[in-house]
Amino acid sequence: MNKAKAMSNNQALHQLSLCALREGLDSKQFSSRELTEYFLSRIDQHDGEYNSFITVTPEPALAAADAADRRIASGEQNALLGIPMAQKDIFCTQGVRTSCGSKMLDNFLPPYDATVVAQMQQAGAVTLGKTNMDEFAMGSSNETSFYGKVKNPWDTNTVPGGSSGGSAAAVAARLVPAATGTDTGGSIRQPAALCGITGLKPTYGRVSRYGMIAFASSLDQGGPMTRSAEDAALMLNAMAGHDPRDSTSAALSCPDFCDGLEQDIRDLRIGVPKEYFDDRLDSEMAGAVREALTELEKLGATLVDVELPNSALSVPAYYVIAPAEASSNLSRFDGVRYGYRCEDPQDLEDMYTRTRSEGFGDEVKRRILVGAYALSAGYYDAYYRKAQQVRRLIKDDFDRAFEKVDVIAGPTCPSPAFRFGEKQSDPVAMYLEDIYTIAVNLAGLPGMSVPAGMINNMPVGLQLIGKHFDEATILRVAHQYQRATDWHTRSPVE
Amino acid sequence: MSISREEIATTARLARIRLRDDEIDDVTSRIASILDMVDQMQAIDTSAVEPMSNSLDAAQVLRSDKVDEPGDKIAAREALMAGAPAQQDGLFLVPKVIE
Repeated sequence: MNKAKAMSNNQALHQLSLCALREGLDSKQFSSRELTEYFLSRIDQHDGEYNSFITVTPEPALAAADAADRRIASGEQNALLGIPMAQKDIFCTQGVRTSCGSKMLDNFLPPYDATVVAQMQQAGAVTLGKTNMDEFAMGSSNETSFYGKVKNPWDTNTVPGGSSGGSAAAVAARLVPAATGTDTGGSIRQPAALCGITGLKPTYGRVSRYGMIAFASSLDQGGPMTRSAEDAALMLNAMAGHDPRDSTSAALSCPDFCDGLEQDIRDLRIGVPKEYFDDRLDSEMAGAVREALTELEKLGATLVDVELPNSALSVPAYYVIAPAEASSNLSRFDGVRYGYRCEDPQDLEDMYTRTRSEGFGDEVKRRILVGAYALSAGYYDAYYRKAQQVRRLIKDDFDRAFEKVDVIAGPTCPSPAFRFGEKQSDPVAMYLEDIYTIAVNLAGLPGMSVPAGMINNMPVGLQLIGKHFDEATILRVAHQYQRATDWHTRSPVE
Repeated sequence: MSISREEIATTARLARIRLRDDEIDDVTSRIASILDMVDQMQAIDTSAVEPMSNSLDAAQVLRSDKVDEPGDKIAAREALMAGAPAQQDGLFLVPKVIE
């Protein structure tokens, strides 16, 4: 423990990458138990300030660490073996509370593990706990969690982004080396940008949704939240793959996402959509993102102007499709089979209504109402069908752009982290936080955010969007960018 | 396409969500602002566009309707029901429906 606490190669353990931790474990500089105890004690000491965890699980974590140490001793080689991780509290963990940030599931102990959780455990990753999030993943600021807001480690008066704000804050504050997130309209990329970490939303269908509590099923996708592209590739290797238990899981084999990272980007054409540099983008943000694009050009990539003419319609289409799917998905929370049930129901109707009214928070209720309204008789064509048509136009825009380019790059979000309460009174202002990320979900494409600058000591995110199932190319661009820059190594803590 | 207080009340009833009288106006105005934003879609002609429900235009996967989870079925049922608010003899209990 003392050895672990001290340092590895003169660097504090919590500042090491997954690769460096792997080396340390394999060369017996420290054990998985020492590493696990080290990070558990960091969470214990510092998370009071950030509130990034809903549940910490020291005992199962230490048992998993001991099991990993035995596997390492027997000579097993596996990238994540013995490395501490956190799971967003949207992924079901057998016997460990999975709340989805809601009072509705405050008492929910899943009877099974999500596929992502099972795969990471098989790889030997050690789960330290479950991270905070906007209730049912509905939010861009982490202010809607039943368990209280998460604070941005760069400035605790500002939001960490959402909905995977707990995972982003925990990774940024070096409480855990990496964590999972989920992204329905930007919920991995936007908090990654606001907290200065690397976050990847894979292609729809790449990562299993089995055991991942559903928000909008045609958009939801899990992915890694890490400190670098290389770490994200390592983690995606463990998360991705076909799962017969998820009917929308892609029946494709996965490449090793670490292969090719070291290849230069001189062969790549990178599209820059003019619509992503409109007047909604903060001017300093625009400057920082342009500088990052110039860096990619210096690395040999060719920048090409592209057009995504329907991108302004992505937020309107999303705020029909996502609430419509949510109103349907969340109808299962009725107080019958699991989760919260109101006290002393008078009759069945009273039980359903009070359970839902008491169990859901305001933003969740609002989205259920919008969705139920958009799907109701007389409005279906005007809203839901129309949104699905617009969705196709948005995807067609990307298809056309990708005839000319390999990757599309731009800002992840319009401005750096904002202060608590700033956008709470106006739902539409909050929704516009995701103007550059939502289209990627509608089109099912892979997208990532990488740290690309600082404005007033707050991180800036560069978004990279790839072709369907081409996570490898955006990871390569991100890794090459991170080899040439040091934004991703900036840390809000010592 | 603005939304009325009555439409919100009806939708809430259908969605089994109770809104207090003193919050209906606030909820109505917030949802009206969301729908105003959503209405930007109406500006474009999509009459010739096929709706898209899956970004990969994938078809629903089918499998034969047989139990393929291994293990003890009674134990599995008990584990699944362990978190139920009220249960008895493998059944979920709810308030009486038929007098």
